Amino acid sequence: MNAAIVGIGATDFSKDSGRSELQLAAEAVRAALADAGLEPSDVDGLVSFTMDTNTEIAVARELGIPELTFFSRVHYGGGAACATVQQAAMAIETGAARVVVCYRAFNERSGHRFGQVQTAAAANIDNSWSYPMGLGTPGAMVAMFARRYMHEYGATSEDFGRIAVIDRKHAATNPHAWFHGRPITLEDHQASRWIAEPLRLLDCCQESDGGVALVVTSAERARDLPHKPAHIKAATQGSSVDQFIMTSYYRDDLTGLPEMGVVARGLWEKSGIGPSDVDVAVLYDHFTPFVLVQLEELGFCGKGEARDFVASGALELDGALPLNPHGGQLGEAYLHGMNGIAEGVRQVRGTAVNQVANVEHVLVTAGTGVPTSGLVLAQSVEPVRP
Amino acid sequence: MIDIEKEAARIAEQGESAPRFARDPVNLPMINNWLEAIGDQHPGYTEVAPPAMVQVWTMAGLHGQRALDDPLGAMMKILDEAGYTSVVATNSDQTYHRYLKVGEHLSVTTSLEDVTGPKQTGLGEGWFVTTRSTWWVGDEAVAEMRFRVLKFKPAARSPEPASETPKAQAIRPSINRDTEYFWEGCRVGELRIQRCGGCGLLRHPPGPMCPECGATKPKYLVSDGRGVVYSYVVHHHPQVPGKQTPFVIALIELDEGVRMLGELDGEPSIGLPVEVVFTKVDDELTMPSWRPRADR
Ligand SMILES: [Zn+2]
Repeated sequence: MNAAIVGIGATDFSKDSGRSELQLAAEAVRAALADAGLEPSDVDGLVSFTMDTNTEIAVARELGIPELTFFSRVHYGGGAACATVQQAAMAIETGAARVVVCYRAFNERSGHRFGQVQTAAAANIDNSWSYPMGLGTPGAMVAMFARRYMHEYGATSEDFGRIAVIDRKHAATNPHAWFHGRPITLEDHQASRWIAEPLRLLDCCQESDGGVALVVTSAERARDLPHKPAHIKAATQGSSVDQFIMTSYYRDDLTGLPEMGVVARGLWEKSGIGPSDVDVAVLYDHFTPFVLVQLEELGFCGKGEARDFVASGALELDGALPLNPHGGQLGEAYLHGMNGIAEGVRQVRGTAVNQVANVEHVLVTAGTGVPTSGLVLAQSVEPVRP
Repeated sequence: MIDIEKEAARIAEQGESAPRFARDPVNLPMINNWLEAIGDQHPGYTEVAPPAMVQVWTMAGLHGQRALDDPLGAMMKILDEAGYTSVVATNSDQTYHRYLKVGEHLSVTTSLEDVTGPKQTGLGEGWFVTTRSTWWVGDEAVAEMRFRVLKFKPAARSPEPASETPKAQAIRPSINRDTEYFWEGCRVGELRIQRCGGCGLLRHPPGPMCPECGATKPKYLVSDGRGVVYSYVVHHHPQVPGKQTPFVIALIELDEGVRMLGELDGEPSIGLPVEVVFTKVDDELTMPSWRPRADR
């Protein structure tokens, strides 16, 4: 795509921000614009999540953005993350806007906590097949998949735990991470309490307050801006057969995430690269089992083989596929995947705290178990396949 | 004390009622009125009647009275006398052998097929009464219907909760016209699975339009209520309204082939044979849940 991420900005990541969600959004957008070397008056497009409480016009008012020609929201919780960038890139390519900012900000720990049972959510007809039966948290919904995955492939709680250990190891050396300086061992993971068997506390990502924003503009304009651009080599959304939000339990098979398979096919086709060309993988990690399933859907290993792939050390910073160098949402912060995109940009720029050497391509994925999205960010702007 | 089973056997033994003739032959004005009322815009019904109209032709009319040998009427009277004074229709399965042509004159015969009870249902204690009707043109059987009603004693005003569920806080489903049949089934002790009226596809969770054939006339079948655990979760944290942790939620694969979520009362394992249990929350809501099968 003829577009690049040219600015990234974030607030501090905390458990109690002490300010409104709108203030968090405004601070993140202002920081991203400063990073991009642009002014609020340069912005003519804004994109966010349907779940975000901050409307585009409210953010525009706070920033002093005078006019907008493009504003859009994307559905399905964390599945929207990479799709906000896709929306921005499409707007740039079609001329609908020239500078688009994607943002996500919330008080997810001190305010509305997604991990609690949202009684009101049962008002949705789809949820009426799960919530009244007692299945009402994202953790429990993932656990239902995880149990079947274990049954089919012989994966264990320890296999899930290795993802948490890697993320926390990377977060430990990231000063922006909530769990900076606090790595865990596999024994810590195994000793942590059950949340929804087979998921333990340390399989579940933290809850965070904060905001992240990303500035997208054309590749041409990107050349004149201060940072090395992160070119959007491919961006796509994915939804698959008989899709539900977190409860796609009625498909033939329960061991995959076919919506991520749709994203994978789209990304490899549009970018012209394959799994072996990926230098850093920022995979959505709200719950550890779905990181294993993503590795399989994205083609880094075969079905049921992720546990061996993970145990081989491939996900270490010096491994074949460094995973979440910022610490992911388990380690850095839970910002609905937007902090992962920012990390992807830093890896392409070469400015990350846990920088991987010679990064050409970064893969970023969005929320799992929901209709989702993905991105391939690249350092060079070579032409994309027609 | 009325012996309901004995009375039922007596009525069943009488077999088929005498043929009762339709008031009018199959006719176009009635077909057009029916199509309009149902909202069916199919242009093909100019010489034949829509199959689903079959019962219409032999309806007794506004002031009609049941025939003396009508087995359903006779059984209802006995159950009324035994105190089962309320009625709710639960199933109507029709089979059509051919289209009915304008001008054909139908008759109907009915026999009592089955009376089972007493059953504890969400509505109260009751008996399921099943009849079988056959429609005839001359001596040719053209359609059949299996019809089931629940005759029940309305539950007392403050019914004892069937279990210890802190029902006031339990999360309630939202119910719309696409899903109403399921919750209605739970209230009468039936686990219903949506079945496409066009191609027969079984589907759960249900929806208004069949993804296989596009039909928008969903029906349902009553499941045997048996299946195996396909996957499960033991929920510990956080607290869930109306539940006491830890508790088990299982994804059940029913013998009919669809999957369904529900609470499982028992030690879970994948492949465990289970059967459905209905727990009355209040007059409006009865929840299906699962327990290990005794015969496993
Ligand atoms: Zn169909």
